[in-house]
Amino acid sequence: MQISVTINGKQESGEVEPRTLLVEFIRYQVGLTGTHVGCDTSQCGACTIHMNGKSVKACTLLAAQADGQDIQTIEGVAPVDGPLHPMQEAFRDNHGLQCGFCTPGMIMSALAMVERHKGEDLDEQTIREELEGNLCRCTGYHGIVKAISAGAKTMQGGA
Amino acid sequence: MYAFDYKKVASLEDAQKVFESADDGTFMAGGMTLIPTLKQRLASPTDVIDLDGIDELRGINVDSHSVTIGAMTCHADVAASSDVKKAIPALAHLASLIGDPQVRNRGTIGGSIANNDPAADYPGALVGLGATVHTTKKTVSADDFFTGMFETALEENELVTKVSFPIPEKAAYQKFPNPASRYAVVGAFVAKTSDGIRVAITGAGPTVFRVPEMEKELTGSFTVDAISDIAVPTHELNSDLHATAEYRAHLIGVMAKRAVADCG
Ligand SMILES: Cc1cc2nc3c(=O)[nH]c(=O)nc-3n(C[C@H](O)[C@H](O)[C@H](O)COP(=O)(O)OP(=O)(O)OC[C@H]3O[C@@H](n4cnc5c(N)ncnc54)[C@H](O)[C@@H]3O)c2cc1C
Ligand code: FES
Ligand code: FES
Repeated sequence: MQISVTINGKQESGEVEPRTLLVEFIRYQVGLTGTHVGCDTSQCGACTIHMNGKSVKACTLLAAQADGQDIQTIEGVAPVDGPLHPMQEAFRDNHGLQCGFCTPGMIMSALAMVERHKGEDLDEQTIREELEGNLCRCTGYHGIVKAISAGAKTMQGGA
Repeated sequence: MYAFDYKKVASLEDAQKVFESADDGTFMAGGMTLIPTLKQRLASPTDVIDLDGIDELRGINVDSHSVTIGAMTCHADVAASSDVKKAIPALAHLASLIGDPQVRNRGTIGGSIANNDPAADYPGALVGLGATVHTTKKTVSADDFFTGMFETALEENELVTKVSFPIPEKAAYQKFPNPASRYAVVGAFVAKTSDGIRVAITGAGPTVFRVPEMEKELTGSFTVDAISDIAVPTHELNSDLHATAEYRAHLIGVMAKRAVADCG
């Protein structure tokens, strides 16, 4: 079947099988390999992207379900040749990654979290609860939590 | 995954017609249970019928005596709804505890109750509040909807359209989550309604159940002490790698008492 999806503002069309996963379409057909597959069983969040502004696991969606929808992946959060997004910068500054495999999913979850809590204080407890759907096998999470806290402050125009 | 045909439908009539003409059709809400099931080849439908385009199945409506939630409404929308938070805060709280943010953005109330996983949260709220399930064929009380492990009163080609929850005087939900999945090892929903006290337990048995002894004692005195000596027999509870029946029986007491305390 033919699908057409807006990915990072660009129209991407392709022929997929009904059973093609969205993450397979994004990685192998569109060629955007920043979205990772960690578990393929809806647990780890490495495949997290935004669909119509909401964080979702691209390994647990059919490409067909994304037909006509608006998608953002990690490649779309900052301009290709421009500076990093403040949330990416915060991960670099706060030791928010080691091997980096979980990082695209972490950043996409972090951005959705900031959006959901707009105008509120994103405290440590909230960040930890909201990271329930993302696993990291390296960092032990402290750096990630610190990074999201710092990134959120920068995004909200604070210190 | 085995191969299948994907059909997106825009109305309930279309959904039923497509199901009728399929060899072995299955409906899909958010796919949060269905897609993992297909991946593991535990199901091999010929047609997956996506309900996402049926607008009438989505939405939350609150009036003076009830909260009505469309089958395709996702958990995140229920958790964030200021109307639900005001009318039945325990229901919004329950929705906010399901899985993780990504799952809450896709998983739906219709899919959750149609699937009737023994460890799902929503069955607790439906039975605890005495909700009514509306389907394309009938209107059925929550007490009669959940019939067994992964079993419901739904027949073939019958869709959940919405669920109506009467607004209680007070209600609270307490769960002991599995630390990995957040599914309920045991969840207790306690409500003081115009029809009396209801205590519903999810996660512990093959399907959600009420505890009449607790309801009776709480009717006499709505206090934590009133139920502190009630033990639920273990022979009908689940034992699995997450918890033994004895541990679940203990947790039922703890979670029910916490829920009563939470009702304030
Ligand atoms: C990682 C993870 C963690 C989770 N944690 C929890 C948790 O803590 N607590 C909890 O309660 N749940 C949990 N869930 C389940 C989740 O909340 C979903 O509610 C559940 O998976 C159903 O998903 P869905 O609505 O997308 O339905 P689908 O997966 O699309 O459908 C499930 C079944 O219901 C049928 N169906 C769907 N809609 C209808 C309808 N309107 N009428 C009739 N039949 C219908 C389908 O045919 C299918 O058989 C978790 C899921 C995942 C993946
Ligand atoms: S790859 Fe999707 S959740 Fe792990
Ligand atoms: S940095 Fe390696 S998995 Fe998170």
